[in-house]
Amino acid sequence: MSLLTVNGLAKSFGAVAALNGVSFELGEGEILALIGPNGAGKTTCLNILGGQLRPERGSIRLNGRELVGLPARRLCRLGVGRTFQIAAVFGSMTVRENVQMALIAGRRRVLGLWRPAGALYVEEAIELLERVGMADQAERLCGLLAYGDLKRVELAIALANWPVVLLMDEPTAGMAPEERRALMRLSAEIARERRMGILFTEHDMDVVFAHADRIIVLDRGEIIAEGAPSRVRQDARVREVYLGQVAGAA
Amino acid sequence: MGNPALSFVAIELLTGLATAAVLFLVSCGLSLIFGVTRIVNFAHGSFYMLGAYIAYSLVSRAGGPVGFWGGLLLASAAVGLIGVAMEVFVLRRLYGGPELFPLLATFGVVLVVEDAVLAIWGPQDLLGPRAPGLKGAIEVFGHRFPSYELFLIALGVGVAGGLWLLVHRTRWGTLVRAATQDWEMVGALGVRQATLFTGVFFVGAFLAGLGGAVQLPLEAADHQMDLSIIIEAFVVVVVGGMGSIAGAFLASVIIGELQTFGILVFPKLTLVLIFVVMAVVLVIRPQGLLGRPQPEAGMNRAVEVGTGAGFQVPAVLLYTLCALVLAVPLVSGNYGRVVLTEVATLSLFAASLYFMMGPGGLVSFGHAAYFGLGAYGVALLVAKLGWGMAAALAAAGVLAGVGALVFGWFCVRLSGVYFAMLTLAFAQMVWAAAVQWDALTGGDNGVLGVWPAPWAGNKLVFCYLALGLCGGCVALLRRVLRAPFGYTLRAGRDSALRCDAIGIDVRRHQWLAFSLAGLFAGISGGLYALSKGGVFPTVMSVSRSIDAIVMVLLGGLETMAGSPVGAAVFTGLREQIGSLTDYWRAVVGAIIIALVIAFPRGIVGFIGARAARLAQGGR
Repeated sequence: MSLLTVNGLAKSFGAVAALNGVSFELGEGEILALIGPNGAGKTTCLNILGGQLRPERGSIRLNGRELVGLPARRLCRLGVGRTFQIAAVFGSMTVRENVQMALIAGRRRVLGLWRPAGALYVEEAIELLERVGMADQAERLCGLLAYGDLKRVELAIALANWPVVLLMDEPTAGMAPEERRALMRLSAEIARERRMGILFTEHDMDVVFAHADRIIVLDRGEIIAEGAPSRVRQDARVREVYLGQVAGAA
Repeated sequence: MGNPALSFVAIELLTGLATAAVLFLVSCGLSLIFGVTRIVNFAHGSFYMLGAYIAYSLVSRAGGPVGFWGGLLLASAAVGLIGVAMEVFVLRRLYGGPELFPLLATFGVVLVVEDAVLAIWGPQDLLGPRAPGLKGAIEVFGHRFPSYELFLIALGVGVAGGLWLLVHRTRWGTLVRAATQDWEMVGALGVRQATLFTGVFFVGAFLAGLGGAVQLPLEAADHQMDLSIIIEAFVVVVVGGMGSIAGAFLASVIIGELQTFGILVFPKLTLVLIFVVMAVVLVIRPQGLLGRPQPEAGMNRAVEVGTGAGFQVPAVLLYTLCALVLAVPLVSGNYGRVVLTEVATLSLFAASLYFMMGPGGLVSFGHAAYFGLGAYGVALLVAKLGWGMAAALAAAGVLAGVGALVFGWFCVRLSGVYFAMLTLAFAQMVWAAAVQWDALTGGDNGVLGVWPAPWAGNKLVFCYLALGLCGGCVALLRRVLRAPFGYTLRAGRDSALRCDAIGIDVRRHQWLAFSLAGLFAGISGGLYALSKGGVFPTVMSVSRSIDAIVMVLLGGLETMAGSPVGAAVFTGLREQIGSLTDYWRAVVGAIIIALVIAFPRGIVGFIGARAARLAQGGR
């Protein structure tokens, strides 16, 4: 069943149309990749879905509810989780405190003035960290972590409040090949366990074809192909604008 | 112009333009320096003051037209070289660091220059000779208008034109414009940053010096001229757009005219008026009238925040220290008790600033406003309405908290340097109100007869009262920082993007923190008024706001325990050095410069880093 329905999204920056009538659906537990050459509109699309940008036209419905126009902090309450191209975490806090912070925010306890925050939701935080394989580093400062570990902490933060849709912008950028596969495998497992939909953008074609259930190919703000990885791989237009470049470079 | 009302307006317009011309000479350099180096140069007012004093010495020695005009130019050139010296010896060490450190360092220079001027030229006001050849007046619209002021208007326009040519028609100017738009790019193109910066400082300081020098025949050089002009110049630069020379020109005219006509319409509100204009511009168009939008400066870049690698002041040490402090009033005389009372009140003041500045990353340059609101609140309630001490203190906290709630709503919409400027503007508004609204506040004479309740009148009792109340409030603030509220505040500083994505309203949270900090600053201010027996506008001067920043930086940004230590060290130093020399301000200035260059993490942070290193294996 469709969880997220995107219809006719459009956004331009000056004279450049970054998105021009993009429509697609995302189902429960589905992993959908958004690919395309540089400047195709991938990040714009994700930023609109995440509430960081406002589209000029189009609608985004999550379980039937309109999301366009809501700020990011409202979207999060409706079940949209987000990870960023450059991991956004709280550098002065420990790994555990980062996840606790997300839990505190999710339960609307940010105005608490008395009970020490360090003692709140400890077990839940550790559980989440175990799930992403970071429990053994729970007491380390985030500012001192290796980048791959930081990405896993960010995933735990994004998962803390049980999103129904997770938006991941270049989740494996800046990571070593082995780490990339591990992170995507983990994300895919969690998505299936929780029946959560994932929409991600990615440059690494190995990651895309190994983990996506379905792929959308964007070029100059429009969808030029959509479907199962095997179909997209065969698509002539895709090969021309996108895979052709990869083949040419290789 | 037969109509007398019209010709009167025309004359006032000209007077406003003459004011604007001098203002432009000072603020165009300030804007130029900010545009190229991203440094907000607090010392620009000192350049202006030095221009006036040096010109006085030169002009009064050499007579005649050559002596006069040559003296003005020589004085300006000398100030230009002083600007170069400041850039080379102080600021160059701070490039690439937190963006507010150069601002603090230049404030250190302000203090040093103030005392240097006092030492060299003495305390009296100095009026220069009138300009040879321009002593008379010219008939304009049926009124006599001083020809020297016409000359000033022409000079302002001439400098604006010359600067335009310099910036738009020379290679150096191309670099300046390029650096104003994208300074990192210019560095990447292989331009020597240091040379460009030094040149910009020379030009800026020269123009400020010229502004001070040409002002000499009109108004006497005095010791307040540096701060009064710098605040006006800040307003001009912010209103016109930081880095925009055309903006500085436009805003100088607006502010100059506003002052001239403001005096006629609202004689009591002239100062408040210009800050209202600035606040409105900052909120509606934060980049200023002709400025370009600045790339978002990360809030966490405003100050250096160490990773705080698990550093905690050991509890045993903390309790021992508290016990020791509590024993002091018993053995010390009344002098010791008075000093300790002051340390206690300033500790709470510094801790309340730390609350927003450390974990919140919100560096306020106007925290004294809330200290002052509390102090005046208590003073007026106790001395004029006869309220009890406890009720007055509570009301002072509420008053300052409400003030912070109102001003903070505007301030948290900005970040970094712009946040600092707006907090400063609001503080100056409150200060101006205290000075000018003498029916309520007694103006410069202040409010006297503010004494604690009879049971607390004894110095020993009052000292314990201050220690208990301030200690309790500091402990409370520390507790809040460890609660979800404080964690969320830190989270907003670390990553606003992430906060947004997990459902935190960062702006609202910062607003609440700002208000809470204001409330506690108000309580400390109230206690301060009671301990001194009165208040004066100086309780909320710029330098008190800066004192608080210095105390916080002395203590370090990594732990709340640092701020009381900073307050104690600061007060102790002032008492010690103040008894040895009259030049206390110069010492504070030197401390500020040394702090930002050598110990950016403060005393407690420094010790903490050492302790952590020892604990890791004695490297």
